[in-house]
Amino acid sequence: MSDALLDVRDLDIRFATDEGLITAVESTSFSLSSGEVLGLVGESGSGKSVTAKALMQLNANNTRYGERSVIELHLGSGSVQVLKLKRPRDLRVVRGGAVSMIFQEPMASFAPAITIGDQMVEQLLVHTNQSKAGAKELSIEMLARVGISDADKRFNQYAFELSGGMRQRAMIAMALSTRPQLLIADEPTTALDVTIQAQVLDLMKDLIVEFGMAILFITHDLGVIAQTADRVAVMYLGRIVETGTVRDVLRNPLHPYTQGLLRALPRLDALDEPLTPVPGDIPSPLERPAGCVFHTRCTLAIAGRCDQVMPVATLHSTGHSVACHVASDALGVAS
Amino acid sequence: MSDSEALVDVDKLCVEFSIGRKLFGPPTVVRAVDSVSLRIQSGQFFGLVGESGSGKTTFGRAILKAVPISSGTVRYSDEEVAYDLKSISKVQLKDYRKRAQLIFQDPYAALSPRMTVRDIIAEPLEVMKLTKTREETDARVREMAARCRLNLEHLRRFPHAFSGGQRQRISIARALVCQPRFLVADESVAALDVSIQADILNMLKKLQQELGLTFLFISHDLSVVAHICDMVAVMYLGSLVEIAPTRALFHSPKHPYTKALLSAIPSLDPDDRGDVQRLRGEIPSPTNPPSGCRFHTRCPSATALCSERVPIPEQVQEGHTVSCHHWQKLAE
Repeated sequence: MSDALLDVRDLDIRFATDEGLITAVESTSFSLSSGEVLGLVGESGSGKSVTAKALMQLNANNTRYGERSVIELHLGSGSVQVLKLKRPRDLRVVRGGAVSMIFQEPMASFAPAITIGDQMVEQLLVHTNQSKAGAKELSIEMLARVGISDADKRFNQYAFELSGGMRQRAMIAMALSTRPQLLIADEPTTALDVTIQAQVLDLMKDLIVEFGMAILFITHDLGVIAQTADRVAVMYLGRIVETGTVRDVLRNPLHPYTQGLLRALPRLDALDEPLTPVPGDIPSPLERPAGCVFHTRCTLAIAGRCDQVMPVATLHSTGHSVACHVASDALGVAS
Repeated sequence: MSDSEALVDVDKLCVEFSIGRKLFGPPTVVRAVDSVSLRIQSGQFFGLVGESGSGKTTFGRAILKAVPISSGTVRYSDEEVAYDLKSISKVQLKDYRKRAQLIFQDPYAALSPRMTVRDIIAEPLEVMKLTKTREETDARVREMAARCRLNLEHLRRFPHAFSGGQRQRISIARALVCQPRFLVADESVAALDVSIQADILNMLKKLQQELGLTFLFISHDLSVVAHICDMVAVMYLGSLVEIAPTRALFHSPKHPYTKALLSAIPSLDPDDRGDVQRLRGEIPSPTNPPSGCRFHTRCPSATALCSERVPIPEQVQEGHTVSCHHWQKLAE
């Protein structure tokens, strides 16, 4: 895609540990355009957060990126190769500049001993040309925009004085005040009650329209994805196994893992359907399966093929691709 | 349904905590559970749902006598014994602990890292002196471990070697080893991935049927409750707003809060991003609860009456009660 804002190609992420190199993300490629919301779903340990953090080089020091791996941001001022940036100073273009991130637990993300307002002003002074007074004005305006009442009072409060939903709103206000072109949202509503989650999701949908930024939305909740994302990528053990529009993937899931996730999900519109767990456990990161990473838990796995040959992503229909031998075979027969 | 069938009969239960005390004057009292009445029948999978701060965990602990009961009664009665928890004696309470057990939310925090899985599961038997010899203990542990799909090799290991789902199976085996009748499962699947969650839910249901257990299943997740429970009670700020058989609650909810909770669940259908009714604001502080109906500050249908008078539970049909002044008008 030529109009892409973000291009990730062949992303490999390994962690150097005492037990050796552990693969967290492998051969992952995706792109994201302005105004688009890409949902990244997967269970814990699937590598979704590690992928997101790589976009801002926020992973720990023992992280090793693959030699062929490319993370490219196409900004108005030119392209930036994120993984080539080494000095923290250079990374400021990305961190808090073109890219902002909101986290799952807003209590842990705000400094506890500095007021919300001071934290918002500080990042504006670092990343924009605002004066201190201008930064304060903008911060209060943003707090009001995300639905925080008495914004000028909240501006002088500390994170612990705000409720969970309020804190997440403040987090969003802070992330958007620098006008990032890409927003990474890592499980932003997971810690919230369902009624508050609904409020925050509504707010995010409004802000997407208003600010027109691209969003990488990470969650384990397929319902949240259905409600917010345009496209979705399903990750398992560090690989994207299926990607497509939300409609295609949720209505016509092709990968056995996506199908399994949907069958395991309790749905209110199908109370009589039994819950079917995906059989087996996620393999230990030290014993990464050969061939297709999912074959150890797949009921359709073909012996001699799925456990030996890594399936490549095949395009099923426009924008809907799947990395699975069985699904691709079925596709070949059908077409 | 007659009284005699209820395994746990809760009547106007209140639990109060005093928080902070001024130098002079009375302490501030928080009423975490406010006049809750419900009956859990033997063999039922009874769900209790509500947002954080609604008092569901405190309720669960109160009926296990893990927090003091301020007023009201909790009666437990099976074929062998009948206890009134408010005035229960020490000897009786020891016996009650064998009959009623708790399964915790966080399988990482609930297991001692220094004990082997065998010792963790055996501990209740040893503490309550339910077995006489080590062989007998081992047999009981092995039997329960097998029911929870843990093998002999697992019993020798320590909890750190297990995944979240396996740890939750260990917690369940520990809760079941003393052969309780009644279990309180407090957010027992909230910390698990969806596939493991489905596995644990299926296992709980199977164990319930095999061992004739009765469950109080506390959860914030309505879709989970809908799938596993027979009856559901919805709690808001310490009070019950609606109790109904699962199907009735999900197909024809009567209380505006239940309706709002249901509509807040994100739909899996991408085209169903409809204009659902959103609740405004957040759950008020229990130190200073709203007057009248506690939900009136967030209720889209509230009238002047709602802020003045506390609604009493009204029967919609057999087993389905709702506490709302306007439920009939809203149903039209």
